[in-house]
Amino acid sequence: MDEANDSVGEVAPQRAHFDTPITLAGGAVLPAFELVYETYGELNAARSNAVLVCHALSGNHHVAGRHADDPKNIGWWDNLVGPGKPLDTRKFFVVGVNNLGGCYGSTGPVSTNPATGKPWGADFPVVIVEDWVATQARLADRLGIDAWAAVVGGSLGGMQALQWTLEYPGRIRHALVIASAPKLTAQNIAFNEVARQAILTDPDFHGGHYREHGVVPARGLRLARMLGHITYLSDDQMAEKFGRKLRQSVLNFGYDVDFEIESYLRYQGDKFAGYFDANTYLITTKALDYFDPARDHDGNLAAALARARAKFLVVSFSTDWRFAPERSREIVYGLVHNRLAVSYAEIESMAGHDSFLLDDPRYHAVMRAYFEGIAV
Amino acid sequence: MTNVLGRFDFDVIAKWIKPGEKVLDLGCGDGSLLRYLRDEKGVLGYGVDNDADNVLACIRNGVNVIQIDLDAGLSGFEDGFFDHVVMSLSLQTVRHTEQLLAEMLRVGREAVVSFPNFGQRSHREAIAKGRMPVSETLPYQWYNSPNVRFFTMADFEALCAERGIVLRERLGFDGEASVSEDLNLNASIAVYRLGTAG
Repeated sequence: MDEANDSVGEVAPQRAHFDTPITLAGGAVLPAFELVYETYGELNAARSNAVLVCHALSGNHHVAGRHADDPKNIGWWDNLVGPGKPLDTRKFFVVGVNNLGGCYGSTGPVSTNPATGKPWGADFPVVIVEDWVATQARLADRLGIDAWAAVVGGSLGGMQALQWTLEYPGRIRHALVIASAPKLTAQNIAFNEVARQAILTDPDFHGGHYREHGVVPARGLRLARMLGHITYLSDDQMAEKFGRKLRQSVLNFGYDVDFEIESYLRYQGDKFAGYFDANTYLITTKALDYFDPARDHDGNLAAALARARAKFLVVSFSTDWRFAPERSREIVYGLVHNRLAVSYAEIESMAGHDSFLLDDPRYHAVMRAYFEGIAV
Repeated sequence: MTNVLGRFDFDVIAKWIKPGEKVLDLGCGDGSLLRYLRDEKGVLGYGVDNDADNVLACIRNGVNVIQIDLDAGLSGFEDGFFDHVVMSLSLQTVRHTEQLLAEMLRVGREAVVSFPNFGQRSHREAIAKGRMPVSETLPYQWYNSPNVRFFTMADFEALCAERGIVLRERLGFDGEASVSEDLNLNASIAVYRLGTAG
C-alpha cells in the first residue's frame, strides 16, 4: 500500500437498475433507469451511519479515492471524505451518486433511448432537484438505508440536501447545506441562461442531437464553462492568482492569449468540453434555476421548511458572490422560524464559490466537528 | 466557589429562564450557557457569535450557533419569537448599543444583559489616578480591548429610561458575591432583566 493512509484508496463504481417507472416533476415518465454510484466505508448493522454526498453542476459519483484504470482521477471531494478526514469513512458509510440526467453513467442524454435505439440527446426530459432526490431515495431503498445519518452537498448539491429534508423528512437526520441557496437570484439565472445560449447557438448543437451527427457543441460548452469559472472565483482571488500577468512577456497586439487569465479560462473550457455532455449541462442549469421550495408557499420559505425535521449545518463563504452568504442566512432564518436545530458558519475565504471544494482549515474544522457530533 | 458553568452570571441568568423557553444568546462564546439551559431546562436555544473559534466551539458543544455580526442587527429574526434574549458580558463589545437593545426587545419578550460596571470603585479610583482601569472584569489595556463602549450602571439605566425600557430586575456582583448597597459603586458586574412597558 503506497497510498496516503487517509485515502479511501482504490474504488470502483457500481450500477443500480430500477424497473419501476418514475414520473418526473415535468410530467415525463421514465419506464426504467440506472444510477451509477460509489460507496466508501461500511454500513453498520443498525444501518444508521449512511451519508449521501450530492454533487453539483459538473460533479459525479466519484467523490473520493481513485479508480484502478485511471489513478489520476481522484474523487472530487477527496479532501473531505476518507479515513480520518472530516467525513470519516471509519465511522460513516458514504454514498456518492451520479444524478439522473448526468453524463457519467447514470441514465441521461448520452444513454440509449429504448424507444428509438438512439441516444436520448435533447429528448431526455428536464429533471429537477425533486427528481434527483426521488431517485436517490430509490437508491437508498436498494442499499437498505431507511434514513440517512446525513445528506451533504455544496452549491446545487446543497439544494439536494435541503430538498431531502422536505421530500423525505423521516429519512434524513442531518442536512449539511454548503455554499448553497434556497433559490437562485435573477442574476444567477442570467448567468445560467448565457451559458445555455452559448450551447444552444453552437452550430454543432443540432437541436441537441449532435451525437447523431458525430459532433459535440464544444465551442458552446467551452464558453459556458469559461463563464462559470469567472463566477466561481472571487475578484480578489482572480487578482491574486492571475492579476495582469502575461503569458509571454509582451503584448501580442492580436486576439490570441495575452493574459494568464485568458489562458486559464481557455484551458478550463477546453478540458470541460472534452468530457462533459452539453445536454446534461442544459438540464443541470435548469434544475438550478427551477429550485425554489418556497414557490408552492407564495414565496414564503419558512412555510416551505415547515415539513423539515432534520438538524442542519449551513455554511457559506465570505467571497462567494454566486451563492452569497445572504442566501444561506435566508435558509437559517427559515429554519429558526420552524424551531429546527441549525448552526451556521460563514467562512472567511478568498476563493469565492469554489471554496466549498477546498480544504480551508476553518471550514474543514467546522465540517469535522459537525460530523463528529452525529450519533450513529 | 465555582458554579457549574464557570461564569457566575450564568446562574443568575438561568434562574430567570423557564423550562422549554426559546432563548437567543448573543455573543454566546463556546455555547456553555445554552448547553446548560438545554440540558437542565429543555430550552430551545440559538447562539449568535461572530468569532470563528467560538462558532467552532459551539458546534463541538452540540449547540446551535449562528455566525452573524451583531452590529449588523437581528433583522433576520421575527418579532417576539424568543422568550428571552440574553447577552452575557458582551454588550460593551457592540458599537450600536441603542439599536441592539431595541432589537433584543423586538425579537424577545424579555432581554437579559450583563456587563462590567465601569462605575465600580476600583475603576473610579484608577481614573482618579489618571489611568484607565484594568481589573478582573475589564482585563484589557486600552489599546487591545475588544470593548468599544464603557458605561456605568447609572449610564445604562439612564439610557433605558430614555428609551422606555423597563428594568424588571437588577442585580450586582463583586467577584461572585452579591452586592446589595450602592450597586453602581460596589458591583463590578451588573445583571439586568429588561422588558418593554405594557
